[in-house]
Amino acid sequence: MNASVAPNTSVADMPDRSLLMDRSISGRRAVALPASDVPLAEMPDAAVLREDGDLQLPEVSQLDVIRYFTLLSRLNFSIDTNFYPLGSCTMKYNPKLNDQMASLGGFANIHPLQDDDSVQGALELMYELQRWLGEATGLPGVGLAPLAGAQGEYAGLLIARAALDARGEGDRKVALIPDSAHGTNPASAAMAGLDVVVVKTDEHGNVDVEDLRQKADENTCVFMLTIPSTLGLFEPNIVEINQIVHDAGGVVYADGANLNALLGLVKLGDVGVDICHSNLHKTFSTPHGGGGPGAGPVMVTEELASFLPEPIVAKNENGYRLSRPDDSIGKINGFHGSFSILVRAYTYMQALGGDGLRAVSENAVINANYIQALLRDRYDLAVDRICMHETVLSGKRQADRGVPALNIAKRLLDYGIHAPTMYFPLIVPEALMVEPTETESKETLDRFVAVMRAIDDEIDDDPETVLHAPHTLPNTRLDEATAARRPVLRWQSSS
Amino acid sequence: MSADENSTHPFIPNTSSERAEMMSTIGVDVFDSLITDIPDQHRNPPLRLPDAASELEVATRMQALAALNHDAGSRPSFLGAGAYRHFIPSTVGAILQRGEFVTSYTPYQPEAAQGVLQSGFEFQSAVAQIFDMEVANAGMYDGPTAFAEAGLMAARVSRRNRILILDTVDQRLLEVADAYTRHQQVEIEVVSQQRALSGDIPDDAACIAFQSPNFMGQIEDVQALTDTAHAAGALSVMHTYPIALGMFKPPGAYGVDIATAEGQPLGVPLTFGGAYVGLFTSKQRFIRQLPGRIIGRTTDTKGRTGYTLTLQTREQHIRRERATSNICTSTQLIGLMVSVYCATMGPRGLREVAELSYHKAHYLADAIDTLPNWRVANDGSSAVFFNEFPVVCPIPSNEVNRRLAEVGIIGGLPVVLPSDAGGNGGGPPNGMLFCVTEMNSRQDIDRLVGALADVGSEVSA
Amino acid sequence: MYPDDLRYSSEHEWARLEDVGSVEVGITHYAQDTLGDVVFVELPEVGSEVGQFDKFGEIESVKAVSDLYSPVSGTVTEVNDKLEQSPELVNADPYGEGWMMKVALDDPSELESLMDSETYTGTLE
Repeated sequence: MNASVAPNTSVADMPDRSLLMDRSISGRRAVALPASDVPLAEMPDAAVLREDGDLQLPEVSQLDVIRYFTLLSRLNFSIDTNFYPLGSCTMKYNPKLNDQMASLGGFANIHPLQDDDSVQGALELMYELQRWLGEATGLPGVGLAPLAGAQGEYAGLLIARAALDARGEGDRKVALIPDSAHGTNPASAAMAGLDVVVVKTDEHGNVDVEDLRQKADENTCVFMLTIPSTLGLFEPNIVEINQIVHDAGGVVYADGANLNALLGLVKLGDVGVDICHSNLHKTFSTPHGGGGPGAGPVMVTEELASFLPEPIVAKNENGYRLSRPDDSIGKINGFHGSFSILVRAYTYMQALGGDGLRAVSENAVINANYIQALLRDRYDLAVDRICMHETVLSGKRQADRGVPALNIAKRLLDYGIHAPTMYFPLIVPEALMVEPTETESKETLDRFVAVMRAIDDEIDDDPETVLHAPHTLPNTRLDEATAARRPVLRWQSSS
Repeated sequence: MSADENSTHPFIPNTSSERAEMMSTIGVDVFDSLITDIPDQHRNPPLRLPDAASELEVATRMQALAALNHDAGSRPSFLGAGAYRHFIPSTVGAILQRGEFVTSYTPYQPEAAQGVLQSGFEFQSAVAQIFDMEVANAGMYDGPTAFAEAGLMAARVSRRNRILILDTVDQRLLEVADAYTRHQQVEIEVVSQQRALSGDIPDDAACIAFQSPNFMGQIEDVQALTDTAHAAGALSVMHTYPIALGMFKPPGAYGVDIATAEGQPLGVPLTFGGAYVGLFTSKQRFIRQLPGRIIGRTTDTKGRTGYTLTLQTREQHIRRERATSNICTSTQLIGLMVSVYCATMGPRGLREVAELSYHKAHYLADAIDTLPNWRVANDGSSAVFFNEFPVVCPIPSNEVNRRLAEVGIIGGLPVVLPSDAGGNGGGPPNGMLFCVTEMNSRQDIDRLVGALADVGSEVSA
Repeated sequence: MYPDDLRYSSEHEWARLEDVGSVEVGITHYAQDTLGDVVFVELPEVGSEVGQFDKFGEIESVKAVSDLYSPVSGTVTEVNDKLEQSPELVNADPYGEGWMMKVALDDPSELESLMDSETYTGTLE
């Protein structure tokens, strides 16, 4: 075994992880505030005031705050410290310039309700980003408001419903969704008042065209297609599929979660997609932040642009203006979108340019296929064919030898590699979904391959070690059943 | 950029020779062989975007764009109405530099994400404390979406389908609630305070939802609204301003069932309206109906304390079309800013910020009320306000803001006032909603008053 | 694992005739084993009506949620409150302490439409 392939063996030392409230000493403080420079006003009736001593927040010094949160940061995997081959999540490098630009005073300190004239730089940025996302997807109507992928998806469905309603076909209430879809698709469809009808996947991992043909009818509102699919495959029949949906009078919605595979290789608008969203925190390198914030702009055809959520940025002779599209589905969040994330995505797109974005997708596809080629003798493939930006392995052979995919994923953590996405898509047994992204080097991929092979060996040589992994992290396997049975969701004084 | 064929982009490490080697491992000669599933005629379309730019060039362009904006950090601002400029202690920015937090993923692998999970647990603890509510989730997209989801949750809990919303809430809350409920089996009905308190509550009412301080900054009669809701078998849903809870009685003390807020005032810069974080709290017994992520405490196989996402069966990745919401983010990083803010401010700091905002706002209100041709809008009620209040302007409020911009002040928000509060009943709005926080020095406030006095005196002249 | 005195449904619920006209209902060993660690059981209100093979509640494990289907029609006369605090009883003792509800039967002959132990066991193979 190559030395670099060896797992970590030293168990993380267990620092004092007590909560801030348990470190609190009455009277300590971490920041001082100025005294009032205005005369004090009369206080309102005590009946509306908070009782003294009622508010229990930590009382700690400034150093306590910094040490505590710095300690917590070190109990975590991150892109800055680890490889994350996390399928469908696109955990690529988050360039530092993005963060630096988002913190410029001219972006960080502007109020969302300032006059348009006083925020022309922000509006120009949003206008340009609208144009660029439209160009990248071939869908020129762009709304930046959605705050995350799931919200972009919901906005897209509201647009589909509103457009059909405007055509007098508002009673179309079926969302056709492939069985491989991400859980937000049916959840968003339900929120949009649609009934979910599941479309099958054929043995090649493609949408079952005959099944779709049977199910697409006068009740079809929308077909929700993830492209590339959650199996990491580009749908070869996409033009035909979209035609079937259009012939039935429905709208094609593409979940753009996997747009990282497509930049400059194909435009969704060109192959018949009417609506898509993009997770800027995936394809456009904005940080995941441990679970948000994201941004999920929605892109539509020219015909559907009048339905976009409010606001969009328009340009006229007086400059850039926030505006409400004529038939807008309305506001889906408080202000104008995740502006700080939009700044990051725009920064990133400038750094890459058109050719660079194409290189992103090319390299993402090469990296995924490289891993697939080097692991296929040890791990089953969900579908044995060339993949796009991710490959779905099945741990069936390993499960038969007594070690399910979960444990392989957990064992990877001991090697300093984040677990792949597990047990998804649901249609693949023991799924391990691997997405390396373009920002990882060949050396990193080689080590990942070697580690995956080493774990496969361990399953024969030392299965117990794999079954009880991880061994070297701040915690061993957590008791999730007790957490859910008797939920403790906040600090309590008895603790 | 470099003409060297084998040179790479800074974000894409593999050289062309490495790529060639990898493709030969895969078993293809040219890249196009990997994407034959894409229909021929649609493959490799032109991408009409600018060329790649260096870090130096991008930074220069971005700085130029940023400089075009009037930055509320470099001039006095009196805008609030849902987004607030409060002091952000240095600790928040310092911790936000930690790449381990910034670039980590949703903690689906709890053993590898204890930092995110424990800091999220701190967030839930702090939010629940500030609201005096039994539980808080790990965060929503923003305040208005949290409020909309609260209405939907009230409908699930009560198994009723009419969401009553008081007409004194921010219009944005209503609009987002409308978008969230449009195709659900629920009905939104906007009601006046009078109607809500009269006890005339339909028996299919899931909740009475209100905002306090309301859009105009006034404290609602939370106890009466909550008691009325409960008497009708409905829930009490309150949207609030977390800084105000530093001095005003929190929702839990009134028996409110679900309370939400925009979390931005707690340590998050304005950033043109996002990314923010929605705060979402409720009574313990409703936890299985909560939307969003929840972090719980548990133990590991060695008996040590650890944290994990819990109650996940509510969520979209398991329940799919029957999930409590389609949300799959907790806006964790913004939640981290809130956690660090709360830890830094402590109970005393939060109270001081609230009181400073209160006193300074009242100082401004008193000063405006004495100016010729200006007055604080008053509908005759004696309601208490926190740090926002509406004013009747002598000229259209947009015009006032233009004048203030000329002297380097960002004014308040133009609003339409009801006629009994001094509204002009049509035409350009003559109301202005002012907001004052601890960030506004007495000098800034006096300067604003001087500028308003100038406007007022021209009108009488 | 599948006691002889119970009747079984294809949805993996069991019914045990207690007195004339009243049955106790729960889920089978197979069901609890497939679900894994049960963390929550949502049960109907006492006094509510349930229909045969209609949903009467939900059961959650850490990472799955399933509907519970009543093997019989009737009125719920009692539910197992212990499951609120200790849902793990469903795993530990599915036919005893892990019972879910008692139903006053509308039509005792419905029990005939359920499977006996041997037939049910056969469906699991």
